[in-house]
Amino acid sequence: MCTVRCPIRVETEGNEVTWIEGNSHLLGGALCAKGAAGTALLKDEERPLRPLIRKGGRGAGRWEEVSWYAALDYVADKLKKIIASHGPESIMLSCRGGPFVDLVKAFIHGLGSPNFTNHDSTCGRNVHHASLSLYGLGRKDFIYDIKNCKHLVLFGRNILASLRIAEANQVLDMLDAGGKLTYVDVRQTMTGIKANRFFQVRPGTDYALALGMIHEIIKEKGYDREFVDRHVADFDRLEEFVVPYSAEWAAKECGLRSERIKEFVAEVCAARPKVVFHPGWMLSRYRDSFYASRALHILNVLMGNIEVEGGQILPKGPGDCGIKGLRSFDAQIPKPTAKRADGVGWKYTHFDKGPGLFHLFYETMVTEDPYPVKGLICVRHDPFTCFPDPAAQKEALDKCDLLVSVDTHYSEFGWYADVILPESTYLERDSIIATQKGVKPRFIVRRKAVETEHDTKGLCEIIKQLADRMGIGHYFPYNTMEELWAWQLEPTGHRIEDFDAKGFVPLTDTPIMYDRDKLEGKFKTPSGKIEIISDTLSKAGLDSLKPYQSPEEPPKGQFRLVFGRSPIHAHGHTINNPLLHELMPENTLWINKRQAARLGVEEGDWMDVIGCGCTGVIKAHVTEFIHPEVVYMVHGFGRQVPLQTRAYHAGVGDQKLMRGLLQEMDPAGGGLCLCECFVSVRRSSKNPKRRVEL
Amino acid sequence: MNKYLIYLNTKRCIGCHACEVHCKTNKRLPVGPILCEISHEPLKAVRGVPKTEYRFRSCYHCEDPYCVPVCPTGAMQKREDGIVFVDQERCIGCMACVGACPWAIPKHNPATNKVVKCDYCLDRVDAGLKPACVTRCTTHALKFVSLVEI
Repeated sequence: MCTVRCPIRVETEGNEVTWIEGNSHLLGGALCAKGAAGTALLKDEERPLRPLIRKGGRGAGRWEEVSWYAALDYVADKLKKIIASHGPESIMLSCRGGPFVDLVKAFIHGLGSPNFTNHDSTCGRNVHHASLSLYGLGRKDFIYDIKNCKHLVLFGRNILASLRIAEANQVLDMLDAGGKLTYVDVRQTMTGIKANRFFQVRPGTDYALALGMIHEIIKEKGYDREFVDRHVADFDRLEEFVVPYSAEWAAKECGLRSERIKEFVAEVCAARPKVVFHPGWMLSRYRDSFYASRALHILNVLMGNIEVEGGQILPKGPGDCGIKGLRSFDAQIPKPTAKRADGVGWKYTHFDKGPGLFHLFYETMVTEDPYPVKGLICVRHDPFTCFPDPAAQKEALDKCDLLVSVDTHYSEFGWYADVILPESTYLERDSIIATQKGVKPRFIVRRKAVETEHDTKGLCEIIKQLADRMGIGHYFPYNTMEELWAWQLEPTGHRIEDFDAKGFVPLTDTPIMYDRDKLEGKFKTPSGKIEIISDTLSKAGLDSLKPYQSPEEPPKGQFRLVFGRSPIHAHGHTINNPLLHELMPENTLWINKRQAARLGVEEGDWMDVIGCGCTGVIKAHVTEFIHPEVVYMVHGFGRQVPLQTRAYHAGVGDQKLMRGLLQEMDPAGGGLCLCECFVSVRRSSKNPKRRVEL
Repeated sequence: MNKYLIYLNTKRCIGCHACEVHCKTNKRLPVGPILCEISHEPLKAVRGVPKTEYRFRSCYHCEDPYCVPVCPTGAMQKREDGIVFVDQERCIGCMACVGACPWAIPKHNPATNKVVKCDYCLDRVDAGLKPACVTRCTTHALKFVSLVEI
């Protein structure tokens, strides 16, 4: 339902879902609106219910309903043809990510292609690469112990609206226990209204504020000297670098008062090490978002908050609990030898090879350098909603011979694809088992609550049947889910029945913490220390500490377009859900009160938003608590799949206004610069004062 | 005297509107009737931080409800423990209760053509459980409390 995948427990009567609640052992029954609306998703027939093969031109919406045999034969046949003429590496697969990716990764690698990717260049890549450059550890190699911290600092991380149930409860528990919350954003949000301190900054100046904080902390000697001396390399370079970036300078740049920054710094220095600077989640925003995130990671280091309660904790896995890990499908497959089509690993040596960077494949599709990319399989991933400028994406995709969408709903990409393989919903499908690392690691699995009433299939079955047709079925040694689970669990000594009691298998009863005095060797950088200056970055000709550059101001009469999340919808794929649509049928354009007055716009008026060659019409939300340089909208709306009768053209899709931003990448972090988009807005002529019809 | 109350801890409410969906899915309501509502005042700056508080409203389960006597079939009833509920068997969907209620709290259910309203999920309460909205509240902000006379 939602990409967070909060654990749930489902009650049924016959083949009907009667009750969905959060897992009582982990969430005490708590569940958000999206989770609850799963029953409406099951009943919703405005989603693909049987395999579809395109009849007309791409995107024309003319489909032939076919059997699974015909659809899978069609896909396999096309894949074989592409492999015969261009090699297996000309097939790529993108997956929405999450804990259950092992199987699809194995499928693409099994075909002989290295080109596995995901959505992350529009999400957390900058944060991940910043983390790697500093610690040698990725962003998922830290857990933020929010519940026990004394001060949580969030830079644009709208943690109570971009809802993960366990995490939201941790924040509220922390506040209930007297913890402090500082929130930084260009507008006030659900998270910000719970904060003790709100810094409304000029858009694009997060890096400046973080530098000002570092300067002030070092100047006041408020950092954890012992930790820094012991674990940080080249700290003197940081001290020297931040000299010009005083609190006064930052305050001026961000539009704040310097005393407030100083007060804040005094407070966090007194509360350390139980202070968490969230390094960002979705931080593909500005041209310097990588460096902003790196500065936030550095602030955590100054707090000395690693492997302490209320700080950043290294997640533990099965090995730490003295048991063997799950058997992996992907690990048994010989590594494909071809270089990646997105250039990651050879052209871009400073990026993590894992999922690479999806948007760079578009360039390769057009240039065919280093080789052509002719087939794209998207598994529950909608690049047209996720990446900017769908028109530019379509231009590149027209070079492909095969586009396949495996999804539970009509994605905008699916609507343009050649084949839609309808996946059963999360209530109707089983998944592979996955490991959830943490202070208390566990094995997790999704088990279906009801049988599908339509001609849809679970992903495990789709992959197996496609693999058999491609001659790589031996990498997937199962015919039933029971066989699959038994194969995965074999080394661990557990059985699938062990999941019955709680819905997961805990690997330990007590939290596991490493000895904080023995952190040596935990940082996977070349020096084994936390590296202020990263060799990998230097070798790629990039700064580790980049001098600050002030963001562009919007051209006269224009606004910077920023976007965000609502707790009601999960990006684009829940907009058509009847119950969620009822709560939030469309998005609105947030605009500063003074700017609105200037434009003659009042709350609820229709407004035209004009990007470069694209237009949308959207209702205004006028508020004084948004920076006058920006306009804001919730992401995921403005969908253009006609069979989704509720979501069709409801609201506006921000990504469609982002013309020309598809290849605007932060060169150091690999994230796209999605907030580097300027739009014109005006009161729409769709607000008539009189009626001219009969 | 009313025995129960749903109380919202506004410090924990994050305005996610999950309670509204929990209520609807438990009662299997179609698009249309919404039986409990989360709302808030526009933001106002308090010591530099724009703030607002959320409110929860379902049915007030009045001590002396207007909706009960106006019901022509006796479908709308008030129990000993104070819960005001509609007996679906007896309801004829005349909507008289909606007009009588100062807040128009009873709603028309287009799926059954009858009235539906918050009854604190009385089948759950009778089974020793809490109402759906409380049980599944995202942040455990809603509480189902028993009132004690002092």
